[in-house]
Amino acid sequence: MASALRREQNRTTSALLIPALAVIVIFTTIPAVTTLSYAFFGWEGFQRNTFVGLENFKKLFTYPYIDQLLAALRHNTIAFVVIMTFQTSLGLLLAYAMFRVKRGLRLYRVVVFLPVIFSLVVVGYLWQALLDPYYGPVNQIIAGLGFPEFAKPWLGDTATALPSLMFINLWRWVGFPAIVFLAGLNAINTEYIEAARIDGASESQIFRKIIFPLLAPSLTIITVLTFIGAYEWFDLPFVLGGSNGSPAGATDTLALMFYRLSFGSIDSGANNVGVGSALGVLIFTLVGLGAALGSALLRRREVEQ
Amino acid sequence: MSSRVFFQTILIINLLLVLLPVFFLFNSSLRESNEFARTPFALARDPYWENYQRVWSEGEFGSYFINSFIITIGSLILILILALGAGFVLGRYSFRGNNLIFGFILTGMLIPAKLAILPLFIQLKWMNLLDSRLGLIFVYSSAALPAAIFIMSGFFKSLPTDLDNAARIDGASEFQLLRKVLVPLVRPGMAIVAIYSAIPIWNDFFLPLVFLQSPEKKTLMQGLTVFFGQYASQWGVLFAGLCLAALPLIVLYLILSEQFIKGLTAGAVKG
Repeated sequence: MASALRREQNRTTSALLIPALAVIVIFTTIPAVTTLSYAFFGWEGFQRNTFVGLENFKKLFTYPYIDQLLAALRHNTIAFVVIMTFQTSLGLLLAYAMFRVKRGLRLYRVVVFLPVIFSLVVVGYLWQALLDPYYGPVNQIIAGLGFPEFAKPWLGDTATALPSLMFINLWRWVGFPAIVFLAGLNAINTEYIEAARIDGASESQIFRKIIFPLLAPSLTIITVLTFIGAYEWFDLPFVLGGSNGSPAGATDTLALMFYRLSFGSIDSGANNVGVGSALGVLIFTLVGLGAALGSALLRRREVEQ
Repeated sequence: MSSRVFFQTILIINLLLVLLPVFFLFNSSLRESNEFARTPFALARDPYWENYQRVWSEGEFGSYFINSFIITIGSLILILILALGAGFVLGRYSFRGNNLIFGFILTGMLIPAKLAILPLFIQLKWMNLLDSRLGLIFVYSSAALPAAIFIMSGFFKSLPTDLDNAARIDGASEFQLLRKVLVPLVRPGMAIVAIYSAIPIWNDFFLPLVFLQSPEKKTLMQGLTVFFGQYASQWGVLFAGLCLAALPLIVLYLILSEQFIKGLTAGAVKG
C-alpha cells in the first residue's frame, strides 16, 4: 500500500515538476549561462565567429566605449544615491504618516500605491506632457507663481534631464517603499512604543531609538531592490530619452548602452554582440556582487525583536 | 502643530501630487487638441469624446490592445498551471532532491531576464519563436515562474497534512487530491501569483520591443511609442491613448486594491 502510494507520488512528481522546470531551463537558465560565453567570441551581426579571449572586454575598456561606459556608470550611480536618499526617506515618511494617522488610512494606502501599477511608458509620456516647455502645466505654474526664469525645457536641457527622470521615477515608485515600510511598522510590537512613551520619551526619540532600528529588515530589502533597479535602469530613460540617452547622452545608462550594443541604434549603426555581452557580464557582476555584499552588510545590523 | 495634523497634511499633499496629474491626463483626453494648446488647465466642460473614437478607429490601437490581452492571459494561464503543480510537489512531498530543485528554482529569481536577452533572441530565432506571441508567453512565464512556485509552495506547505490522508483514505488519486481538495484552499495564493505576474507583463515594453517586429503583433505599451510618433502634438488624441492604456489596470486596482498591493510587494513583504 505504502509503496503503491510512493510510486504514484513519484509519477505525480515527474508529471507536475518537469514541465515547470523545462520552461525555466529553456527560457532562463540556458540563455543566462550562454550569455557568459558570448562575451568571449567575435561576432558579425548575430553570427558567431571565432574565440577571441578577453578581446571584447579590452574593447569595452578603450575609446570610444570607455567614455560611454564611464558616463553611463556615473548616471547609474547618481540615480542610486539620489533615489536611495529621497525616494526612500519620502517612502518612510509616508509610511510613518499612514502608521500614525487614524482616519482615511484605507484611502491613503490606495492612493499612495496607485502610481506603482502604472506602466512606465504611460508615466513617461504623461510627465513628458506635464513638463512640456510650452504647453506643460509645470512651467505654467512656475511662471504663474512669478518665477518665469525657472520655467525650463526640463527634459531637453542636459543639466535638468537626469534630475527630471529621477523625479518622475520617484513619483512612480515612492509608494513601493512606503507600503514595505508600513508593513514593517505594523509588525513592530506596540508594547515597546507604549513602554517608551510611559517612560517619557519624545516623539522623535521613539522614532530614532526604537522604531527605526526595528525597521532595519525593511530597509535592507528596499536598499537592495533600489540598488538593482538603479543599476539596471532602462524603461524610463528609454521612453523619455531614446536609446542614446538624449539630450546629448545626459540620461545614458548602462542598460541603454547594453541595448545599443546588442541591437544597434539609429546613431551608432550596427550592433556589436561581443562587446555588448561583455558589458552584460559586467553589469550582472556589478549588480550581483553589490546586492549580495550590501544585503550581507545590512543584515548584520538588523536587530531581533 | 500637533504631530497628527502634520502627518495628515503630508498625506493630503501626497494625495494631490498623485491624483492631480492623473486627473489632468483624463481631463485633457476629453478636450480638443487646439483647445488644450491654448488653455492647458481648463476643465473639459463639454467632453470631446472624438479623441477616443479616433484612437480606437484610426490607428492599430485595437490590435495592440488585443495582443497585450492575449499575451498577458496566455502567460497567466501557463504560470498558474505550472506553479500549482510544481508548488504542490515541492511544498507537500518530501523526496530526495526536493531542496536541491527548490534551490535551483530560487536562483532563477536572481537572473535578470534583460541581461540574457541576446542568447534568448538567438535561441528564439532558432526555435522559430521570434516575432511570435507564443514565444513571448514562454519567456514571461519562465521569468515569473520561480517566484510563483516559491509563493505557491509556501501556501501548500501551510495546509494541514491530515487533508491529504483523509482524501487518500477516501480513495482520491494524487491529482484528485490536488484538484479537488487543495486547489480551492490555495486560491488566495493564486490571486497573489496572478497579480504579481500579470501586471509587469501587461506593463512591459522591453521584451516586445526586442522580440516582436510585425506591426500586427505589437503590444499596447510598445504600440504607444509608435502612436506617439504618429500623433505628435495632437494632444487630445495622445492623452486619450494614454488613458485607454492605463484604464484597465486602474479599474482593476480600484476593485482589488488589497490584492494588488499584496501581489506587487510579494517578496519584499513577509506574510
